Parts: sequence; structure tokens; C-alpha cells
Amino acid sequence: MEKRLLLPILTTPLTVLNKDAMLINKEQDVVPFRNRVKEYAVKIGMGLVNQTKLITAASELVRNMLRYGNGGETIIEVISKGRENGIRLTFSDKGPGIPNIEQAMKDGFSTGKSLGLGLPGTKRLVNEFDIKSKVGEGTTVMIIKWKNG
Amino acid sequence: MFLRKKKQIIDLWMKNQMADAALREDLMSNEDIRAQSEELLDALLRKLTDEGLKDIDTIDFGEVFEILGGISITRARQGFSSRETGLYIYSLKDTLMSILQQELKDDPIQLYEVSMKIGRLIDTFGIVTFETFIKGREEVILRQTDEITEISTPVIRIWDGILALPIIGTLDSARTQTVMENLLGEIVNTGSSIAILDISGVPAVDSLVAQHLIKTVSATRLMGAECIISGIRPEIAQTIVHLGIDLSNIITKSTLENALKHAFSILELEVRKKGFVNKNI
Repeated sequence: MEKRLLLPILTTPLTVLNKDAMLINKEQDVVPFRNRVKEYAVKIGMGLVNQTKLITAASELVRNMLRYGNGGETIIEVISKGRENGIRLTFSDKGPGIPNIEQAMKDGFSTGKSLGLGLPGTKRLVNEFDIKSKVGEGTTVMIIKWKNG
Repeated sequence: MFLRKKKQIIDLWMKNQMADAALREDLMSNEDIRAQSEELLDALLRKLTDEGLKDIDTIDFGEVFEILGGISITRARQGFSSRETGLYIYSLKDTLMSILQQELKDDPIQLYEVSMKIGRLIDTFGIVTFETFIKGREEVILRQTDEITEISTPVIRIWDGILALPIIGTLDSARTQTVMENLLGEIVNTGSSIAILDISGVPAVDSLVAQHLIKTVSATRLMGAECIISGIRPEIAQTIVHLGIDLSNIITKSTLENALKHAFSILELEVRKKGFVNKNI
């Protein structure tokens, strides 16, 4: 898994099989979004443990988006690479952005009053994790969970 | 122009509405509809004078929108469908158009211009109606959400001194507040010393949910009671470990049964079959 993370994510040949977008702008949107993610995960036959990991990761990121970025847009994609199927989730907000990503990725760091496990924890839950942020412009997080990853 | 014809307009509009299959006499009597329609028409026609018609974009229809919003919200609460409410407004368009046709049949160019303006105006009314209608419905949904939060967090006294609290659904900040209030209140009322939080019905435990759980446990401890979290499923356990949440300070059990056994052992209680004699004693 560590090796895969070092590969540049965008150059790997991926096929997008299905694409779905959803706007998140209030706390009530979290549960429907999670259910949507679950629907897709079930559809590609993901196991219960990976499903739960993906949903938890999605939940973390959506909450981050609501809390720090004032809501944003999410994209759910069913992707395939070679023989493997997976789910790719993209979260983009137009919030204040993260000044120091390295610090934000550390366990226990939080500018809010949370546990500070959202970003680093999410990274451990999924197979691929990519974060881009520009101060004043917003943050985009992309995660991939493979069916058997 | 319209002002003179007011009586005629209202009669025709009512007739149009009566003819409509969507009329819901079960929800609203004809007199009520007429009163409602007249109020709306009054406000509209006061603004829609002959001069006003020439420069329709600059008129402030605030009052009309207000009445319209009121009608729309009452209809949403009374159980009209959005289609019925929409048709109500659009039937006014047909009415005004046929009046216009009679009035301006000698001047097709003006007829066209005025019709376009009226059409656009009523379309705006339609949009306002839908917006307020949806708002009215959303209020209903919000009220239901509150009710669900209320009813879905029962605190059960399962034994003398032991409380159980099955949590079903997602724990957000608002629900944690309700859960905590109910639990702490019940600890005082029953004098219980052990509370079991069962999370079998929580679909996913992310760091926010975990934080809320930890807060609830801390608050229970401050009250002098012990808190056990039960119902941790295998996949949830793995997720919690990967996320890096530390729950080691909290007593956790996989099932409610195990939690109850643990509670018994804390209270030094023993449950045994009738007639069974423990030879060790």
C-alpha cells in the first residue's frame, strides 16, 4: 500500500464507470451522502469492512468540508483499474484553505476543538489519498478505496 | 383597465378554478378560496393600473408576494400538492388573458405586449409560490426531525442501578445533547450507578461520533456513574483502530449481553439457574 501511495495518482490508467455528484451545505446532507456512497460500494460488491472504512472516511471528509469550508461539492465515481474496481470520492470546497498541510496531516492536530484525527485517520482508512489546498481558494481532497484494498 | 373589470375577473377566475379537476373541496371550501383569491387580486390590481402596465418591471410587488407566500404556506400545511398550488396561480393567467383579449381585440400589437408582460409577471408569481411552498414543506420536515430525535433516544432501566441506552442512527451534535440530557437526568432520577450505551444501531463511527461518545462517558463519570459502551461490531472496531481513536479508557463490550454481565459483576450480582448450587462457595 505504501508503494502505491508514492505513485503519481493522476497518471495511473483509470476508467470511470459511473459518476454522481452531490452538493453538501448543511449537516442534514451528511447521512444521505453516506447512504449514497454505501449504495455504490454495495453495488460493486465491496465487503462490509471496506464499506465501513470508506463510509467512515467519507463521513470525516464531509464533516471537515462543512465545518471548515462551509460546505462544497462531492463527486462519487465508480472506477476500475485493470481488474480491480473501486470507489473514488472527491470533495471540493471553497473555504479558507489549509495553510500547512503537513501539520494538518499529523495525528492530534486540530484548529477546531475536535480530536484531530479526521485527515490522518482518513488516510489510513483508504488506499489512495490526495489533498490539494490553496489558502483563500479552497481545498480538494480525493480518496480511492479499492474493492479488495 | 383591470380595475373596472375586477368583479368579472374574480368570477371568471373562480369559474376556471371550479372547472379544474384539481379543485380540492375536501381541503378548502369555495367561500374560503374566493376570499383568498379576492384578497390576492385586490393587492395585485392596486399595483396593476394602466400606467403600471406600461412599466411593469419597476413596480414593487412586495405586498402581492407576501400574500402569495401566505397562501402558499397555508396550502402546504393543509396538504395541497405542489401541482394544485401551481395550477391555482396559473389559472389566474388564463383568466387575465381572456379579459385582455376582450378588451384589446382591436389592437393586436398592444394585446401582444401586455400579454407578454402579464405572462412574465404570473410566471414570477409561480416561482415565488413554489419557493414558499417548498419552504412550508421543509418546515414540516424539520419538525419531524425534531420529533425523531426526541423519540429515538429512550433511556431504559434494565435492572436496579443499571440503565441502558440504545442509540440508533447517527450521533450528531444535537442528538448527543439530547442523549446526554436524557441519560444524566435518568441517572439522577433512578440513582443508577451504571449506564450502558449500545451503539449497535449506529451505522458508522467517525471521529466526531467518537468524540461525542467520549464526552458522554466523561459526563456520566462526573455524575459518579460508570459507563459501558456495547454493540461494537467487528468492522466498526477495525475502523476505529485505523482512524486512531483511543477508546482504551472506556469499558467497551461487543454485545449488550456482555455489557450487562460486566455490570452485574461490578454490582456484585449473580444470576443463576434455580436450584443450582455453586459448590465453590
